[in-house]
Amino acid sequence: MSEPRRRWAEGVPDRLYTVTEDRAPTTERAYVDLVTLVVARAEPEAGTRPECAAVLRMCQFPLSVAEISAYLALPVSAVTVVLAELLRNHQVETRAPIPAAELPDPELLQAVMHGLQKL
Amino acid sequence: MDYRSSEALLGPEPPAGPRGEDVLPPSVSAAVKVVIVGGFGVGKTTMVGSVSEIRPLTTEETMTRAGVGIDDLAGVEGKTETTVAMDFGRISLNDRLVLYLFGTPGQERFWFLWDGLFEGALGAVVLIDTRRLEVGFDVIGRLEERAVPFVVAVNAFPDAPVHPMAELRAAMDLPDSVPMIDCDARDRGSSRDTLLTLVRYLRSLIAVPPETP
Ligand SMILES: Nc1nc2c(ncn2[C@@H]2O[C@H](COP(=O)(O)OP(=O)(O)OP(=O)(O)O)[C@@H](O)[C@H]2O)c(=O)[nH]1
Ligand SMILES: [Mg+2]
Repeated sequence: MSEPRRRWAEGVPDRLYTVTEDRAPTTERAYVDLVTLVVARAEPEAGTRPECAAVLRMCQFPLSVAEISAYLALPVSAVTVVLAELLRNHQVETRAPIPAAELPDPELLQAVMHGLQKL
Repeated sequence: MDYRSSEALLGPEPPAGPRGEDVLPPSVSAAVKVVIVGGFGVGKTTMVGSVSEIRPLTTEETMTRAGVGIDDLAGVEGKTETTVAMDFGRISLNDRLVLYLFGTPGQERFWFLWDGLFEGALGAVVLIDTRRLEVGFDVIGRLEERAVPFVVAVNAFPDAPVHPMAELRAAMDLPDSVPMIDCDARDRGSSRDTLLTLVRYLRSLIAVPPETP
């Protein structure tokens, strides 16, 4: 199981950022999925914006973008703006979900099945 | 560092983040998702809650719509923002992999609010209430368009008319290959079996790739 997962994590940094043209030109949004996992790589500093600091504090362990949105009570689109800033400053790292538009591999489905059977 | 400075944005009760027992181990390296989709009140939140290891959480997105007063020349005031919520839960599958379950309304206009909600999903569970089958028609058509694999779960409401599966399948014009299952979203075992039905179906799709042009 570790092999495919390493593969999913590769090549991610290239597509981490996207800039949305219909917004203010300075508003950068991280290109993340609802289930992209975020892990803090730094502690909040004195000058860290409050919402950035909140993300850093709650992401000591992996946390999905959806969970961050829920705990901050912020729309996902607002969370992606915060994440773009944190990623740019190398304060967080992300663990990408399994790429879309691919048939899931049998090993992955096996793992999902086993996990569910334990419930 | 102090939360008071963030009150304006985060509110007076600062969210602390996940409770201790809701924290994932650092070994978790990837997540997958399944979408539970159905009409209003069909049992989406109930199903998410019955299998989730965390208390279901809510993520939201804002939808901007043109106001009804089209004669209103004030552009900004003429728009209304609606907040649309989506409940979700989480299941740790092993020490490296987690599954997220999202319960989303059946209307397609909500789906676009969350980028890639279906695109990255393993598949979907379409929850059906036999008293309002028509909601399911729409959903099924749209999932087919997007090539999202799905199973259909018939939620058993006590006052709902009982239809044989074959009759429901015919009414929804559902291909024989798509699994249908009776379920009680309130029951953890039943909800888990519904998810297992989806995963087995996904496995069968890999084993025998469907003929696509
Ligand atoms: N009998 C029965 N009742 C159910 C079942 N699933 C849900 N309910 C009940 O139906 C009601 C609505 O369920 P919810 O889970 O809130 O439905 P929902 O799809 O999330 O609803 P919205 O988010 O408002 O669209 C609740 O009172 C549930 O207890 C089921 O399988 N059987
Ligand atoms: Mg609900």
